[in-house]
Amino acid sequence: MSISREDIEKVAVLARIKVDDEQVSALEKDLGNILDLVDQLSAADTEAVEPMAHPLDAVQRLRADEVTETNQREAFQAIAPATEDGLYLVPKVIE
Amino acid sequence: MQWDIVIGLEIHVQLATKTKIFSGSSTAFGAEPNTQANAVDLAMPGTLPVPNEQAFRYAVMFGLATNSEIGRRSVFERKNYFYPDLPKGYQTTQLEQPIVGPGHVDIDLSDGSTKRVRIHHAHLEEDAGKSLHEDYHGMSGIDLNRAGTPLIEVVTEPDMNSAEEAVAFAKKLHSLVTSLGICDGDMSQGSMRFDVNISLKPKGSDTLGTRTETKNLNSFRFMEQAIAHEVERQMDILEDGGEIIQETRLYNGDRDESRSMRSKEEANDYRYFPCPDLLPVEIDDSFIEEARARLPELPDARRARFKEQYGLNDYDAGILSADAKLAGFFEETVEHGKDAKLASNWVQGEFSARLNAEEKSVADAPITGAQLGALVTRIADNTLSSSGAKKVFEALWTGENDDVDAIIDAKGLKQVSDTGALEAMVDEVLAGMPDQVAQFQGEEDPKKRKKMLGGFMGPLMKASKGQGNPKLFNEILLRKLGG
Repeated sequence: MSISREDIEKVAVLARIKVDDEQVSALEKDLGNILDLVDQLSAADTEAVEPMAHPLDAVQRLRADEVTETNQREAFQAIAPATEDGLYLVPKVIE
Repeated sequence: MQWDIVIGLEIHVQLATKTKIFSGSSTAFGAEPNTQANAVDLAMPGTLPVPNEQAFRYAVMFGLATNSEIGRRSVFERKNYFYPDLPKGYQTTQLEQPIVGPGHVDIDLSDGSTKRVRIHHAHLEEDAGKSLHEDYHGMSGIDLNRAGTPLIEVVTEPDMNSAEEAVAFAKKLHSLVTSLGICDGDMSQGSMRFDVNISLKPKGSDTLGTRTETKNLNSFRFMEQAIAHEVERQMDILEDGGEIIQETRLYNGDRDESRSMRSKEEANDYRYFPCPDLLPVEIDDSFIEEARARLPELPDARRARFKEQYGLNDYDAGILSADAKLAGFFEETVEHGKDAKLASNWVQGEFSARLNAEEKSVADAPITGAQLGALVTRIADNTLSSSGAKKVFEALWTGENDDVDAIIDAKGLKQVSDTGALEAMVDEVLAGMPDQVAQFQGEEDPKKRKKMLGGFMGPLMKASKGQGNPKLFNEILLRKLGG
């Protein structure tokens, strides 16, 4: 199983990771090897197997709807790069 | 060419839980920015989500109220994308195994017919924070108080064929979730948001056309306008021989314009996968039965009861039963006002008109159902004329006085219903208008007679200083004139 340069470039954009041409060539080979390894699984007959949502054979515990958290904005904003009027400031996002 | 319009809706309903879906932070509206955003909501390393039981209960109640299957095993997935108001870099949502499966809602249309709209599914997910793009020195401000607020996203089948049907469905859903008490229904604060999928196909064709999605409509009016706008846009393109591009569009209600979101955002590939932080949630029979036991009276049942119990017609019963709070107000009015038809007229008329004019909700109304009921009682027993009743209503609304009888006394609004006194006034007025009396008695046409009778009312009201009971005046007049 192989992976194309276009696939790698697309995934890199989606993950916001910058890769140059040289790295793409190396990734083409490395990711291709990983996919080959995973591809061996398709030899197994999974006809009657339900897709697994979680490796633990357990169910989720739920929490009662009660407020348990207090306002700790000051502590969180102390480690933020920029804040103003109680807001976290980030580089401008334009939709 | 004739076209069929095909519409499907996706509706985000904010659940009225006290806390967030995965953390114990408060969801109260209007708090100072980021004071309700804790370590889990901020996606601090090492934190783990724990789902809110009430969010599941509300989702199950929604499923039961919409005749839907309940997902006994539901699974959370990660929907991956980057945006600053989504600290984790993914939204925790449900995809393959949602909490609510296929169901349906019946809507009433203006021609009196009923239509069934199928629900594909409804899933639980978390809301994102808010980005403020005003000028913060060229930066954006982020408030994460809303991040993690529980939502259910309701996805319909493409079963609606006009803006009227889509709006009727949206209103029915609003009525349902507010009656269930699982959502406050406050659209101006984003408690319900609509995405509309629209496509056209040649009339009678079985093949669906390419659809577009118009996102984030937050009022019924904008939804109706956005649908009309998009249908026209697609029709123009198709009739010019063009093709519709599958895309997401944003509608600007103030300018009645829409634009495409950039294609780069369109190329979103969310790479869903099951969230390893959350185990599958299993809902058992006792949980479902407990949720069923909490179901209140739903709008359709309330409408039927209003017709039966108060003798209202279908139209009045429909309007008064749709909104749980308005329905409650009406019932309080009837309880204190006895006359259901009069109470219905006043709740739908003066009361609703005043709320609309002041953009208030029923909960913010300055008068109670008991007060309006007392007013209705005084209209029904002829103490008040309709113009006097409006003056009392005004005094109640502005808070001038909170007691109906005290207002009537203070303003001298009590109608004179003493027949002896009224008869004396009629005699006096008629004696002063011999020509009109003769004319009336010589007239055969009942329509003209009725009109002429009105000519005596003005002088009578004047003679009684506006306090004579018009109904009694009318009766006495007819008798005296040999009517």
